[in-house]
Formats: sequence, structure tokens, C-alpha cells
Amino acid sequence: MSHITQQKAEAPHIVGYATFVKVWIALVLLTGLLVGLSVTHRPNLALLGLLVITPTKASLVLFYFMHLKYESAALKYMVTAAIAALIIFIGLTFSDFLFR
Amino acid sequence: MSVSAEPQAAPPVQEHAGEHRDYAGAKLGMWLFIFSELILFGGLFVAYGMYRSMHAHEFHKASGELNLTLGVINTLVLLTSSLTMVLSIVAIRLQRKLQSMFFLAGTMLLGTVFLVNKFFEWMAKFHHGIYPGSEHMMARPPGERLFFGLYFGMTGLHGLHVTIGVVLMSVMLVFLARDRIRHDDFIKLENTGLYWHLVDVIWIFLLPLFYLAA
Repeated sequence: MSHITQQKAEAPHIVGYATFVKVWIALVLLTGLLVGLSVTHRPNLALLGLLVITPTKASLVLFYFMHLKYESAALKYMVTAAIAALIIFIGLTFSDFLFR
Repeated sequence: MSVSAEPQAAPPVQEHAGEHRDYAGAKLGMWLFIFSELILFGGLFVAYGMYRSMHAHEFHKASGELNLTLGVINTLVLLTSSLTMVLSIVAIRLQRKLQSMFFLAGTMLLGTVFLVNKFFEWMAKFHHGIYPGSEHMMARPPGERLFFGLYFGMTGLHGLHVTIGVVLMSVMLVFLARDRIRHDDFIKLENTGLYWHLVDVIWIFLLPLFYLAA
């Protein structure tokens, strides 16, 4: 019994349908912007799309759809550490590859 | 006298008696699995980045041969499927079982639409002799061979994940129907959702790398 009560106490409030529909609209608009920038045939804009819009879209999915915004601090730190580790791996590999 | 004595108050929740549930542990386990998936795809993204920096022009040229319209349609299909997935979880938490099943079935349908689109996209490429090891491919410059190798490898691995996701969801649909997923016990559906959103996140990165690289 006690663990059930504890579970309920830990469970955050239920986020309504509207929030997720808004996030979906934002994702669709960002996709449109990303494709729009890439067909302008200006490499700088396309790169901006890849480096800014794509991670923004991924973050929206991560924070809202994957519920990270409403999770405990411990889980947030874990996800941050995992993504940071991935970025460090990619960064180190590229720094070796590009400047050798 | 003893017969009329009030019995001790029975535990109010009989249905969960003896059932051990570790909500936080189950979710943490799913996240650990997702981290391993990030490393798996991360390695492939590194391979893509390196070969692209070595063969920038050939990657640019080969990317122009991919069907951008189909790539964008599939992106919208997958983004919408992520929405229906999350709505299915909200619905079951609000004790709307039928609505939850409806949204989950919708997610499965969209996942299947994605795979059908992918099938036609790959078939069109095969028809033009573009597949790993074909005579046509071997006659092309190394950079283009690498681009299509990565394209088939990465979208293929992603497609495998989509297929697994649809199978998982069909199991969850049965669980929902049999009340094994309820408003107070929905971690199985939530973890399936986490997996499905991961599949969506990976595609979010695949779109600009392959379809928009031209």
C-alpha cells in the first residue's frame, strides 16, 4: 500500500492535450523553416538550420513528448550527462580528424 | 456479542495486493536503454560526418538524388505519430480507455504509413540500380557509394526501430484492451512512448543529413 501512495505522490500533474498539440504545431513549423532554409541554396542558412533548428526540434520532443520537463532533477542530470558524453565523443573525434 | 463486533477495516486496495511495482526503476531502465541507442546512432553520425568532410561534393550531388518530398512527408508522419502517442498516454491517465486505444492505433497506422513510404522510396532506388554492391553503384565515385551506403544503413536501422515500435504498440494495444495498462499503472505504455519518441528524434537528425544535404 505504502509504495502505491508514494508513487501517486511522486506522479506529477497530468499535462493536458492542448500543450502537446501546441508542441506538435511548433515542430511542424520548425520543419517547414528547416526545409525552407535548405532550398534557398545558401549554405550558411542551411548550416544554421542543421545546427540550430534540428537540435531545437529534438529538444522539444525530449522535454515535452518524452516528459523530461516534468521529471526529477536526477533524471534530468542523467540525460544531460549522456548527451554531453556523446557531444564530447563527437567533438574529440572530429578535432582529431580535422586537425591531424 | 462477539458476532456483532465490527471487523477490522479491510485494506481499501485489494486489487494490487502482492503486486510489486517500481515506477521510477522501470522508467530509469528505459532511459538507460535510450542512452545506449544514442551511442549506437551517434557512432553512425560520426561516420557520416567524417566521410562527408572527405567527400563534400559527392555527398552534395548524391543527396540531390533523394526524394525530398517523400522525406518531408515521412517527417510530418512521424511527428504526428509522436503526438498521437503522447495523447494516448494522457488519455489513459484521464481514464479514457477507448480514446487511449484510438490514439495508440493511430500511432501504429502512422508508423506503418512511414514504413510503406520508405518501401516505395527504397524500391525506386533499387529500380535505378542504387543499392549497396550493385554494378551501377560500383561504377560511381567512392564518395557517392559511401553516401548511399550510409543512407541505406542508417535509414534501414531506423526503419528496423520503427518496425519494432509498431510491434511493441500492438502488444500495448492488447494490454490496454485487457486492462493490464490502467490509469494507475501505465508505465508499459509510457516506456513504449519513450522508445517511439526516440525513433522520432533520430529521424529529426536523419532528415537534414540525408535529404537536405543537397
